Amino acid sequence: MYQEIFKKYRPTKDNLIYILHDIQDNDPHNYVSEEAVQSVSEYLKVPVNHIYGVLTFYTMYSTKPRGKNVIRLCESPPCFIKGCDNILNKLKETLGVESGETTTDGLFTLELCACLGLCGNAPVMMINDEFYGDLTEDKAETIINTIREERA
Amino acid sequence: MNYFRSHILIETDEASVQQGAKDIMAALKQELAKHKLDKEINVLETGSLGFFERGVCLAVYPDNVVYGDVTLNDIPQLVEEHFLKGRPLSRLMLEKAEKKNIPLEYAKRIVLENSGNIDPEKITDYLGVGGYLGWEKALTEMKPADIVQAVKDSGLRGRGGAGFPAGLKWSFTAPIEGVQKYVVINADEGEPGTFKDRLIMEGDPHKLLEGTMIAAYAVGATKAFIYIRGEYKLCIARLQNAIDQAYEYGLLGKDIFGSGFDLEIEIEIGAGAYICGEETALIESMEGNRGIPRNKPPYPGQEGVWQKPTIVNNVETIANVPAIITKGSDWYQKIGTPECPGTKVYTILGDVAVPGLCEVDMGTSLRTIINTYGGGMKKGSRFKAALVGGAAGIFLGDSMLDVKMDFHNLAEYKAVLGSGAILVLNDAVNIVDVLESVIRFFRHESCGKCVPCRNGNEQLYRSIKKIKAGLASEDELDKMILLADAMYKTSFCALGQ
Amino acid sequence: MSKMININIDGKNIQVEEGKTIIEAASAAGINIPSLCYHQDIKPSAGCGICVVEIEGQPQPKRACCTPAYEGMIVRTNSVELRNLRKMLLELILEDHHVDCPTCIANNKCDLQDLAYIMGVKTEDQGVLQTKKPIDESSVSIVRDPNKCIQCGRCVTVCNDVQTVYALTTVNRGFEAEINTPFSKGMADSTCINCGQCVVFCPTAALTEKTHTDPVWEELLNPKKHLVIQAAPAVRATLGEEFGMEEGSLSVGKMYAAFRKLGFDAVFDTNFTADLTIMEEGTEFINRFKEGGTLPLITSCSPGWIKFMETFYPDLAENVSTCKSPQQMFGALVKTYYAEANNIDAKDIVSVSIMPCTAKKFEADRPEMTDSGYKDVDYVLTTREIARMIKEAGIDFAHLEDEKADDFMGIYTGAATIFGATGGVMEAALRSAYFLLTNENLPSLDIEAVRGMEGIKEAEVDIKGTKVKIAVAHSLGKARELMDKVRQQIKETGKSEYQFIEIMACPGGCVGGGGQPFQSNLAARARRGQALYKEDKDLKMRQSHENPAVAAVYEKFLESPGSKKAHKLLHTNYFQRDKMSGAVVKEATHKH
Repeated sequence: MYQEIFKKYRPTKDNLIYILHDIQDNDPHNYVSEEAVQSVSEYLKVPVNHIYGVLTFYTMYSTKPRGKNVIRLCESPPCFIKGCDNILNKLKETLGVESGETTTDGLFTLELCACLGLCGNAPVMMINDEFYGDLTEDKAETIINTIREERA
Repeated sequence: MNYFRSHILIETDEASVQQGAKDIMAALKQELAKHKLDKEINVLETGSLGFFERGVCLAVYPDNVVYGDVTLNDIPQLVEEHFLKGRPLSRLMLEKAEKKNIPLEYAKRIVLENSGNIDPEKITDYLGVGGYLGWEKALTEMKPADIVQAVKDSGLRGRGGAGFPAGLKWSFTAPIEGVQKYVVINADEGEPGTFKDRLIMEGDPHKLLEGTMIAAYAVGATKAFIYIRGEYKLCIARLQNAIDQAYEYGLLGKDIFGSGFDLEIEIEIGAGAYICGEETALIESMEGNRGIPRNKPPYPGQEGVWQKPTIVNNVETIANVPAIITKGSDWYQKIGTPECPGTKVYTILGDVAVPGLCEVDMGTSLRTIINTYGGGMKKGSRFKAALVGGAAGIFLGDSMLDVKMDFHNLAEYKAVLGSGAILVLNDAVNIVDVLESVIRFFRHESCGKCVPCRNGNEQLYRSIKKIKAGLASEDELDKMILLADAMYKTSFCALGQ
Repeated sequence: MSKMININIDGKNIQVEEGKTIIEAASAAGINIPSLCYHQDIKPSAGCGICVVEIEGQPQPKRACCTPAYEGMIVRTNSVELRNLRKMLLELILEDHHVDCPTCIANNKCDLQDLAYIMGVKTEDQGVLQTKKPIDESSVSIVRDPNKCIQCGRCVTVCNDVQTVYALTTVNRGFEAEINTPFSKGMADSTCINCGQCVVFCPTAALTEKTHTDPVWEELLNPKKHLVIQAAPAVRATLGEEFGMEEGSLSVGKMYAAFRKLGFDAVFDTNFTADLTIMEEGTEFINRFKEGGTLPLITSCSPGWIKFMETFYPDLAENVSTCKSPQQMFGALVKTYYAEANNIDAKDIVSVSIMPCTAKKFEADRPEMTDSGYKDVDYVLTTREIARMIKEAGIDFAHLEDEKADDFMGIYTGAATIFGATGGVMEAALRSAYFLLTNENLPSLDIEAVRGMEGIKEAEVDIKGTKVKIAVAHSLGKARELMDKVRQQIKETGKSEYQFIEIMACPGGCVGGGGQPFQSNLAARARRGQALYKEDKDLKMRQSHENPAVAAVYEKFLESPGSKKAHKLLHTNYFQRDKMSGAVVKEATHKH
């Protein structure tokens, strides 16, 4: 089932990061599964433990199923000064989950992350590939509700 | 060719796009067409205009007017007032631009000279402002050794943080013969508060490519990689577009300009790890490994990617190279300070009136940067300190406001210029809170290999929590300082330090 | 020879090969730089920072383990600041270490404890661990306690680079970084082959054997049970180390005496079945060689290697000798041959083996190892475990009078004793195979070409005009190298250049096993091996076929080597295993 993805990359270890990105981006649950790791291991001839080590090193990857929309709220100093903690609390409240958790409807996963490089618009979060800046508590809530309505 | 009386440059960097820049651009074009102005007034996309927290910005040339916080609702009035009636709409005008003529004063800009001025998605725009002349000159008129010498003479120092002389770095690798060599551009920007590289790449991707090409030729590398963090989707798209165009124009590929020199450039994508900004960790990541810094020596210049000699340079460093080649090292050396010639790009954030991006001469004081380029402190707030150099940087207080900031001078104060992020704090901010955030960042971003950094940051984090909770004894701070000193002295790589 | 350079460490002028690190240079000159994560046999992880030294002209202290020496370098290994730094680093490590030294298995053998003691680090201020991580007890051989892990990375390096088993890895990042198996599934559900090299390389007790001393004590103290003990060849060369004897001391006589004092009813020796293995395996080789059977024949004594083969090279399973390991042959015979001859009900026999090995615990637990009708070997204890029991019993090991093993299954030849060193099985097999084929002894019984610490040793043996190409590999990384070559040769030409191969999972062979005293190094392993070769040299009988107890077991019980009965009790079959979980997928060979 990963053959379509493998076709795009030569079977060399330096393609590991790309292949994992590709697999995750095409997974309905936004993660890299055990089966995927095993397939990649066979394709690249790279041991499973190496792949697992890489997966858990980089924050963009997940080894656990996540929601359709992965929210990554920046908690680095520039966002911190602009009150990302309040946004975090608001998001927790709106979503009903703690950071690192997925909502029961499978729509959202809430994560904290390091600087996204959009500090001019702090506080910032990313939902999947989209950036949302200059967040306020109200704005955060509206964004979540909009997505919830659109994609429910 | 059409003659346009005015150009509207609308910024479409990641932040503006997110705030609806594309829709605004479409509406603007529609509105202009409605008034039959579309043959007279050209609408172009460009990189960041250098203003943060000002929503979507657009600049009008040759009028030298910049509008901020533009929304869809403003478009009819804007077109009517400015373009039909010729009266700039003061309601949306950014004062700073008029008052200080910044950032529209290009004379002194090197890295950002085109950013906000040309369409980053069109190679013709870049060629139109003299782009790729440096590449042509390097390849057709200069020997690799001349280029290395020119960069050495220019005094250009790495802008990634440590300030290592770029020419010197190149000179170690250039003479190695008989092996594949690589150039790697470090665009894994992750230092909190820093996004200058993103803006350079979004605003003027071809300049980075040109610098990369010259560097590759200088050290004899036939392959170059640009390692971009995975979150920078727009950068990746713009650079890929630029690379494709460069191939199309014969600026990349085989036997470029008939010189016999071949060069390929590829983009590598990161996956979220601050530590990969460290050059050997970045190389590990490129090879498909955990981004753990390597033992040095051997340095990447001797053994880098796939054990081959590799030059790793930061985006801003490389973006300086084309100008050094076209205008000469003598010209370059006159800018900035004798120890650190050239300019430095800063991102000014926090409690200043006009947070933004600026490129100033090396050696410009913090006071000037805050007052002139940041528009002073925000109304009603007083300066307490600035965190300079990102999370890895240092807090500079009142006493340091007039220090000439360059790698050399700051080192004397045990401070670092780092990535060029300036986070200005007012006196209402609790430094302990900020420190907690900084330590939390490192606790998470440490690669986890080495004790001083892994356990040290954890220990600092525990201490600061104690302090916050009011549970700390008086010597807790002394303990932290001792520990921080030990971490500085025993950490394996610069992250811990 | 590479260029020599001059450096100065603590005022002492030293000549050192260019490219050596400071710590290597210092060590060669007899200067000991404090270190923790560094181990001389593996590449430095440079994690702990304890080995920092001052180099003249450099603003920052540098790690001695990964900083190469250069001409004219002036190094200081101690100063007020360096001491303070080292102490602070130790405090940091201890802050996140489960400190339970008095009851810790590594007590008195722990690098961390040692350093903390030497440097006078105060532990009274250390808090309890903030969060306790679960201990991985899934494996039958090895226990992993992350709360004692200092993340030196030695186990990961050994598991991946030396053994190429790929079970352990560093996961996560920052303070959350830890050593774990893929998807945190536990050692039992990984590719771990139980060799225990991670255990002997671990500087603390984060990795230990799963201990079985308590149940063995219970059996010993139960008067209804008949306890039989066997000890592997390599144990006699290392047990003394646990009692302060020098590396490479042979303590076989004291070992038997200690076993009797502990209360074992019959004191035997695995060396007996090592000789028996040679008869079975030698016969198997001769048959395959003469009759065009599957070659090369590969030895099967090392259970770590067997699981490795089942996981990564199941296609070569037919090449592996069907012989059980000496431990399991012994187990099958104790509950049949010994029980019958001595009128003991096999169900009352408790069969205990003392092994240099953690994988032997796994081997004894394999479901097919029940050919006697019972679990052939009930308990496997490592060298370290039996040493603890001897200490608990208050036995003054070093001053014991030498005793002998019981004759019935305790007589052995020099060929058996060298099983404990890399190349030993091959040497023993060649001695007997030569005799069985030619009815003459080898011109010299010392086959030097297969001895020593070279990773892969090759030789061509001339058996009266018939050439036999042999190879010996120790460490699974080297085994992998050799097996890849064999696999490639078979694929390309239908056959391999080798006819007979010995493989031992652990570097140095069983003397370097995962059940041996903590923290050995290759040089120490070589010295242990020398002790075995010395015993071999000193023994009157040096060829397995000369062993009268072996002759007796064939005469009275097994009929002849390779007989039907011998096959039932002494031979086994192999399985193919999953490359992720190590679980059995299907049979790779059938039981004969």
